[in-house]
Amino acid sequence: MSQPFRRPSGGRIDRSRPLAVTFNGKQLEGFAGDTVASMLIASGQHLAGRSFKYHRPRGILSHGSDEPSALLSVDWRADRGAGYRDPNNRASVVEARDGLVVNTQNHWPSLETDVGAVNDLLSPIFVAGFYYKTFMWPRKFWDRVYEPVIRKAAGLGEAPEVRDADRYSNRHAHCDVLIVGAGPAGLAAALAASADGEKRVILADEGFEPGGALLNDVTSEIDGKPAMAWVAETVATLDARENVVILPRTTAFGYYNHNHVCMVERVSDHRADAPEGLARERLWQVRAGEVVLAAGSHERPLVFENNDRPGIMLAESVRAFVNRWAVLPGNELVVVTSSASAYRTALDAKAAGMRVSIVDIRLDADCGTELSLARDGGITVRTGHTVIKALGGKRVTGLVVAPISANGSIGEKTTLACDCVAMSGGWTPSVHLFSQSRGKLRFDVELDAFVPGTSAQAERSAGACRGVYDLSAVIADGAKAGGGSSTPQATVSFAGFQPVRVLPTDADATKIKAFIDFQNDVTAKDIKLAVREGFESIEHVKRYTTTGMATDQGKTSNMNALGLVAGILDRPLPAVGTTTFRPPYTPVTFGALIGPARDELFDPVRRTPIDPWAEKNGAVFEPVALWRRAKYFPQAGEDMHAAVARETKAVRTTVGIFDASTLGKIEVIGPDAAEFMNRIYTNAWLKLKTGGCRYGLMLREDGFVYDDGVVARLAEDRFHVTTTTGGAPRVMRHMEDYLQTEWPDLDVFLTSITEQWAVIALQGPNARKVLEPFVSEIDLAEDAFPHMTVKTGYVCGVPCRLFRVSFTGELGFEVNVPADYGEAVWKTLYEKGQKHGITPYGTEAMHVLRAEMGFIVVGQETDGTVTADDLGLSGLVSKVKTDFVGKRSLTRPDMVAEGRRQLVGLLTKNPDEVLDEGAQVVDDPGQPIPMKMIGHVTSSYASSNCGRSIAMAMIDGGRTRIGETVFVTTPAGFTEAVISNAVFYDVKGETVDA
Amino acid sequence: MLLIDCPYCGKRPEVEFHCGGEAHIARPEMPTAVEDADWGSFLYYRTNPKGLHAERWLHGHGCGRWFNALRDTVSDAFVATYEMGKPRPDRDEATASSPSNA
Amino acid sequence: MRRFSLTSLLKEAANGHQGWERQWRAPEPKKEYDVIIVGGGGHGLATAYYLASVHGVTNVAVLERGWIGGGNTGRNTTIVRSNYLFDESAGLYEHAMKLWEGLSQELNYNVMFSQRGVLMLAHNHHDVISFKRHVYANRLNGIDNEWLSPEECKAYCPPLSISPDLRYPVLGGALQRRGGTARHDAVAWGYARGADSRGVDIIQNCEVLGLKRHPDGSVAGVETSRGTIGAKRVGVVAAGHTGVVMSRFGLRMPVESVPLQALVSEPVKPVFPCVVMSNAVHAYISQSDKGELVIGAGTDQYVSYSQQGGIHIINHTLDAICELFPQFGRMRMLRSWGGIVDVTPDRSPILGKTPIEGLFVNCGWGTGGFKATPGSGHVFAHTLATGEPHKINAPFSLDRFRTGRLIDEAAAAAVAH
Repeated sequence: MSQPFRRPSGGRIDRSRPLAVTFNGKQLEGFAGDTVASMLIASGQHLAGRSFKYHRPRGILSHGSDEPSALLSVDWRADRGAGYRDPNNRASVVEARDGLVVNTQNHWPSLETDVGAVNDLLSPIFVAGFYYKTFMWPRKFWDRVYEPVIRKAAGLGEAPEVRDADRYSNRHAHCDVLIVGAGPAGLAAALAASADGEKRVILADEGFEPGGALLNDVTSEIDGKPAMAWVAETVATLDARENVVILPRTTAFGYYNHNHVCMVERVSDHRADAPEGLARERLWQVRAGEVVLAAGSHERPLVFENNDRPGIMLAESVRAFVNRWAVLPGNELVVVTSSASAYRTALDAKAAGMRVSIVDIRLDADCGTELSLARDGGITVRTGHTVIKALGGKRVTGLVVAPISANGSIGEKTTLACDCVAMSGGWTPSVHLFSQSRGKLRFDVELDAFVPGTSAQAERSAGACRGVYDLSAVIADGAKAGGGSSTPQATVSFAGFQPVRVLPTDADATKIKAFIDFQNDVTAKDIKLAVREGFESIEHVKRYTTTGMATDQGKTSNMNALGLVAGILDRPLPAVGTTTFRPPYTPVTFGALIGPARDELFDPVRRTPIDPWAEKNGAVFEPVALWRRAKYFPQAGEDMHAAVARETKAVRTTVGIFDASTLGKIEVIGPDAAEFMNRIYTNAWLKLKTGGCRYGLMLREDGFVYDDGVVARLAEDRFHVTTTTGGAPRVMRHMEDYLQTEWPDLDVFLTSITEQWAVIALQGPNARKVLEPFVSEIDLAEDAFPHMTVKTGYVCGVPCRLFRVSFTGELGFEVNVPADYGEAVWKTLYEKGQKHGITPYGTEAMHVLRAEMGFIVVGQETDGTVTADDLGLSGLVSKVKTDFVGKRSLTRPDMVAEGRRQLVGLLTKNPDEVLDEGAQVVDDPGQPIPMKMIGHVTSSYASSNCGRSIAMAMIDGGRTRIGETVFVTTPAGFTEAVISNAVFYDVKGETVDA
Repeated sequence: MLLIDCPYCGKRPEVEFHCGGEAHIARPEMPTAVEDADWGSFLYYRTNPKGLHAERWLHGHGCGRWFNALRDTVSDAFVATYEMGKPRPDRDEATASSPSNA
Repeated sequence: MRRFSLTSLLKEAANGHQGWERQWRAPEPKKEYDVIIVGGGGHGLATAYYLASVHGVTNVAVLERGWIGGGNTGRNTTIVRSNYLFDESAGLYEHAMKLWEGLSQELNYNVMFSQRGVLMLAHNHHDVISFKRHVYANRLNGIDNEWLSPEECKAYCPPLSISPDLRYPVLGGALQRRGGTARHDAVAWGYARGADSRGVDIIQNCEVLGLKRHPDGSVAGVETSRGTIGAKRVGVVAAGHTGVVMSRFGLRMPVESVPLQALVSEPVKPVFPCVVMSNAVHAYISQSDKGELVIGAGTDQYVSYSQQGGIHIINHTLDAICELFPQFGRMRMLRSWGGIVDVTPDRSPILGKTPIEGLFVNCGWGTGGFKATPGSGHVFAHTLATGEPHKINAPFSLDRFRTGRLIDEAAAAAVAH
């Protein structure tokens, strides 16, 4: 397509840099500085999409981020393969560049001929909320018939099909003043705020060029210079200041607590030459001392029949296209307005060569100087007129207009032929961010708008976003908000408008479609219907009709909807309510919000010092909390079952080596360390001798088991505490909480040492033999170093805390060495242990081995509702201590009630059958549903050492039911099992205590 | 994301902190002497006010210290942060509602 | 009440829809009611509806501070399921599920209950055990829930990545096929219309400021922003504001109110066929009939009535969504919002009597109240009509916080290793 509607000169485009974009398979031409919208208009194409519900043809309404209609699918990097396409891009903000492939949406078979347009004919049925009133019969049809059809019809574009191929970055920033918007108010604010070189200032603007509304302005002057010259000078001054950061293409989309403002910067989508790997977008999280909002305002559409026809645009947008992009949105323009500002559009369009007339809702007397200027300029102005309807289908072809008499009746109709309409119903300050900051809005009757009232944070609004429209005043307001002052002499702006909700008409209001929300196809009659049905709060109206819920979040529709509801109810507008503005200001890609948190950075993996060895030796890993742990070490041809059988066998018959480094470790130090331990744990610690170890059980204050682990007393004032792998952080927090807030009298320090020590467990009859050659300064002899003791010395010449402990029932040592030596010590022990058949084993074998002994795992046998007594561990709960965390709760009525679930073993009748972990237990599988469940399986394994399957379970009153038969669920039904003690393996030879 | 003024470190983002719920709920001196209902109250019942709330925070990814804060639960604005063991500052709702989190 | 049907819709279409009446009236409060319900959300309106329709108690007012359905009813992610672990919870949520299944027809209001299936993903050994425990318990309680392999999960939800390279690979999932979604606003409106047509007064913009009591201490009525209104019984169903209302009545509750955020994407053509929840990575997602991906996030950590949370919560949720569904990285967040959820220590609701005679409470639904709306209203109506709890809600008493008989679904499902 060539550019028949491109003006021969002018505009803020670079005619030396032509470019082309593919639009629906055709070539669209333009220049650097264009948007896809301006290129479409240059080519004479207004039809740019189909509407959500009625599939009506829609064109380009706006030149900015409030565009509701012209939504495109864009493949940003078609040349780089898949993964760069996304739907619902606003044509008005897609910066043109070579290589873009864009397509219109929501039509079949084509944009021009769309079968879905039949919905427009059915529209008398498809009114607001029609779906609440039907589709209920027959009942099953909702899921199977009606809903699939509705869903297929709904939606806009197609979701991306493949993984996003782009990357995104994330940046945190601090500044003294953040200014949102680089229009005249924002620039003036930045200039004032940055005058003090000590103040860090960030100026962000969603557009790709600073200037705001001045970019569309070719007539205004500031201090005797063209407005854009003032912009250029101001930007140059700011650029030269080192304390200023200017961020174009950066949308402040969320204003959160404590001046936390989130912005997204579009980094590379606009660059044809963007190197691969350059981030697509960058999320800025700014913590600002002060925020200046200079976000401008949005123009209101007018509401009349067929106001959605392509070619009907916002008046300021017509001006923007004519001046900034040097394209004519048509040849024959009718400006329809209730606002003075649209006269500037009319004058500029006429100057650009369009044939222009004006239809003004206002009477002569209500107009300002703009009226005579227009008439003097040779423009026909019909004041006191209304628009009855627009003509045309895929493009507007005319407007039917008529005078309104003093009594409100409609006079004789005239048809004005046209191919473009510029409409303006006045202006709505953009209070979105102010409202998000939870500032209180105030309704200004004069301005017919909500404006910022009381600030909730360190924030000021300036310029049009608080209803200041005159250029001199805007600049002065901005300078003031920036902490300075300025009294510029600028061209007086055409300001003021007469609020009008729905243009007067004599047509049957129930028959016509006059759109309030363009994207969601909400018409004035939908709003009226909602009110008729009792939906009076604006929030109810929104939800019932969906007005304001589209991707433009009601930027163009909210005030018209509010005003209409207020008018119908005859209430003052604020009494109807103001809708809350929620983040984001404009839609933000998930990618930007995620930033680098993908793949290995999604949730970083914790690895032990021995992890590299495990990986080299073929370990299969599993995630445990943030760690990855070796689950088993399969040899050639082995599945998990075979590997675990071999590993568990080795531990029972010779020796196994296990990486226990993930265990949480906390050092408790200080004169009151033993007293602290006494209060935190259920059992007694005062009498534990130095060098002794003890299994500790910890409760929450509510009496339920919280964590467990072996604790060693290294010195009178020093304990080495171990916790479960996943429990380490919360146990540390729990301990610090009590220490700092309940017992500040205790002289104790807590230090997390989880990552300081690598822990190598040697378990099995030959554990001592493997270890002995490498130990110095520790006597490993049984009587010198009995079970549940700890010694310090050296292993392989490395300082070591050596624990004589066992989680397998076998003779066992846990070798704690500084993490940096962990892998070396492991390798040494492993290599020299070969002659004993040393076998590395993983978490799965560890689980089997501990279950064979009936040892619990907190989080598996327990679930936050289990007491020590339930586990058969009441022996660990001191009866002597007057207090410890959780003690009081143990005597609550339900904690001592009969029939609580208790830990027992379960042996299946068929020894080869392994129960499902999580399976439920019943007495009578023949009972009707709902069945009485008496317990559940917590752990279940095939045990090669026991020669059969074993399981642990929590059973109601289980300890009194040993030997009884119960039934356990299986995927297919039930299986029989006998309740047993939860100890399955009889350790032979030299055991833990041998 | 809140900006929290740790009494030991200064202002830091919320992600460094863990909130520990309502403050100034003293654990009974001798829990075993407390009736079931009162113990239930101690464990579970909270003021949950719409307005000023004294609450505990742990600067876990920082100095590791617990401290108390007075915050307005309507505006989320902090009125004060103070060390454990200090009494709740005497502030009224009016002070809280002023923008104080610059 | 004008019946809704295709016929009436077509008739009105021909008539320019001029004949539709108000879906509920806007009455002035009477001097006295048999029952006053404080809170016009889904649960309160459902309570009123069932009081009138099941118990014949029609002299009822629902007092709403703002506009009905404006709290958590209109802010949740619309998920409905009943696959809870403990018998008490299973009983309550399955009771609700059965009512959901005929709700549109009963109310003559299409609440768009869509049984598209709720799939809960297991990402670690602990999840697997926990979900299988749920699946088996549900089976014995007559509630559908089945265990799926990773491949079966993928077949049920094609956008799901089951790559073994995921940080937390999908090890399987528990699927409740009868679970799904419903149109949240319509639930409030449908109940309101049904209650109103049976004589219930729905009074909006009426804030309850205090309790009026007889000399013997029992309930006599409530003080409101629109004057004193007498009542024989009062039921507080104020969700996140329960603590506020109860403190005006002089009672403390075992609840804390915290922000819960959710978000939707821009609408797209159908791409997501069911509901997927993942506790391990903290995310849940479905697609609305309008085409938006509806995504739920976790709670913020502090008490707040601001209906606003921190963006780091949203970021983390989307991290998880894009980990599981990498093709959604280019989708855009259209709207995010926060609700105030009242959370109890055991994450189960409180439904029953209070220490004040004639005052009843229905609260503590935390992050999951929407799914229970019909069941909650149904049993609470029984409680208000008879003065005693229904057997389904009897275990959900305030007394459990004294005895320790908690119904700790959260602990049972979410304890880490």
